[in-house]
Amino acid sequence: MKAPDTFWQFDKDISGCGVFGVIDRKKNLISGSMPISAMCTMHDRGNGLGGGFAAYGIYPHHADKYAFHLMCDDQTSLDKAEKVIKEFFDIAESQPIPTRKTPAIKNPPIVWRFFVTPRQVRPRWEHLDEADYVVSVVMHINKTVAGAFVFSSGKNMGAFKGVGFPEDIADFFRLDEYNAYIWTGHNRFPTNTPGWWGGAHPFTILDWAIVHNGEISSYGINKRYLCQHDYECTLMTDTEVVAYLLDLLIRKHGLSKRMASRVFAPPFWDEIDRMPEDERRACEALRMVYGSAMLNGPFAILVTDGKSMMGLNDRVKLRPLIVAEKDDMVFMSSEESSIREVCPELDRVWAPKAGEPVIVEVEA
Amino acid sequence: MGKKVEIDAAGVYYRQLNEQIHTALENGADTVEIFNIRGQRYIGNAVEGDVRFILHGVPGQDLGAFMRGPAIRVEGNAQDGVGNTMDDGTIVINGMAGDVLGYAMRGGRILVRSDVGYRVGIHMKAYMDKSPVIVAGGKAGDFLGEYMAGGAIILLGMDTSKPEAPITGRSLGTGMHGGVIYIRGTVPRYQLGPGLHFEPLTPEDTAFITKHVRDFCTEFGMDAAMVLDADFAKVKPFSHRPYGNMYVGTN
Repeated sequence: MKAPDTFWQFDKDISGCGVFGVIDRKKNLISGSMPISAMCTMHDRGNGLGGGFAAYGIYPHHADKYAFHLMCDDQTSLDKAEKVIKEFFDIAESQPIPTRKTPAIKNPPIVWRFFVTPRQVRPRWEHLDEADYVVSVVMHINKTVAGAFVFSSGKNMGAFKGVGFPEDIADFFRLDEYNAYIWTGHNRFPTNTPGWWGGAHPFTILDWAIVHNGEISSYGINKRYLCQHDYECTLMTDTEVVAYLLDLLIRKHGLSKRMASRVFAPPFWDEIDRMPEDERRACEALRMVYGSAMLNGPFAILVTDGKSMMGLNDRVKLRPLIVAEKDDMVFMSSEESSIREVCPELDRVWAPKAGEPVIVEVEA
Repeated sequence: MGKKVEIDAAGVYYRQLNEQIHTALENGADTVEIFNIRGQRYIGNAVEGDVRFILHGVPGQDLGAFMRGPAIRVEGNAQDGVGNTMDDGTIVINGMAGDVLGYAMRGGRILVRSDVGYRVGIHMKAYMDKSPVIVAGGKAGDFLGEYMAGGAIILLGMDTSKPEAPITGRSLGTGMHGGVIYIRGTVPRYQLGPGLHFEPLTPEDTAFITKHVRDFCTEFGMDAAMVLDADFAKVKPFSHRPYGNMYVGTN
């Protein structure tokens, strides 16, 4: 491809994605207006082809039920998805996700939510534990029901995403009306994969949600590895693998978040050689066993579940990440300016080192 | 007596902010003080001449890119790409700064009170009387001075948010073939990139470090004698063509 003849008039902001997250250690609720205005500050990091948010603590009246968020091309695909959900779950409540008409959001899909519990008598997957059963049904719907995708399946949490700038997506989903103790936000600048509704961030499974700035070059390897463990990638975007890898490594294989971060961004071999014996052997084992789960390529990711937020960079830090603290709140963002926008006075600000996770847990 | 212009950047998009700055300069301002900056990019971009900027808030990416002459002082932290390809002038950051600070810088000086990010001074260069200088009071991330072709980086490792971290990261000066890096204290040999070595300081080195550290301390109100009372490691490439034999010759 050649540059246009009038390349000097090129009037486009070249940029990367932007991520923002905030967690309150004491689970005090934070209005959606905070992450929205933080993402607005980083407007130019995206190009309007994807925006999204994850929020924790938003469904206290249904906290014991899985909250399924669906996006469907049309009523037929929603009906088909509902039929499948009814086969596997008891539906406590079924309703449209509240939206408002937003001029910037063109042709949105139907967005719907179901609060569900697994049926006593399961039609399939009787031997699985409950979380695996939920994962299996989500995979099953995303793979087999044409035009319908479950894009959020955790408890007392939800993802909201689509094609648009994050502030427009927030407007569309009325996120200023939600309060949560953990928020993450994402502004997308798609490079290698389509800018479509399912491809916006966050990517989720069960309580996990991830937003990502960068590019997972190892997507093919990661995807095939996940496939062997019954996770199927259907959303056509690299970041999807991280959500499922988290579920596999941490929930199913019992790795700590710190160990999982060493799988994603392993220390270099020469660094491993200089480590004390125990640490060296642990890092060697992680690299050997989980080589296929390593994330190659540039990334700054924010990973959340109902209890924590973790920020992590690739091991040579090809994307920015800033962490800041103010009282019980911890912020993580691509740009300090977005944090200062919503919290001008901070107790502490720092840029974590490459490959070193910053893990913030809520108090019990 | 010059003319000073004050600008409130709260809620102003970066294009409009930069237009306001350029209008002020065209109207004869020699000092521009900007308040409430929230990540607006390209402030001071390609500005020429004897102008002062005083910035409050967090300026966005590529602060002072391509600039030739102005003096910028940031009261707070800066983000990524400060002084990208700057030609002349001074940037003083009374706080910390992000990645790729001084990228391809070819003249002027950047002083940062605290930590700097990754790939600082990447591809700095020097030509004739142009020789850029970066002084950082804190610690640096990996790839400091990567592909450096000229100029000098002085890293003090004193004012830092990372007390446990080494003063520089891995791959220090990888691909460096000109210029010099001075580090207050010691650096493990394994952090050096290939083709580099430590050299003892000459009297000229000591005079150079003293001059810039004194200026640095004046800017941030520190005691220069205390900062200078330490050993400095000097990193230089073996040759100015470390990769001359990397590829097979074609003739």
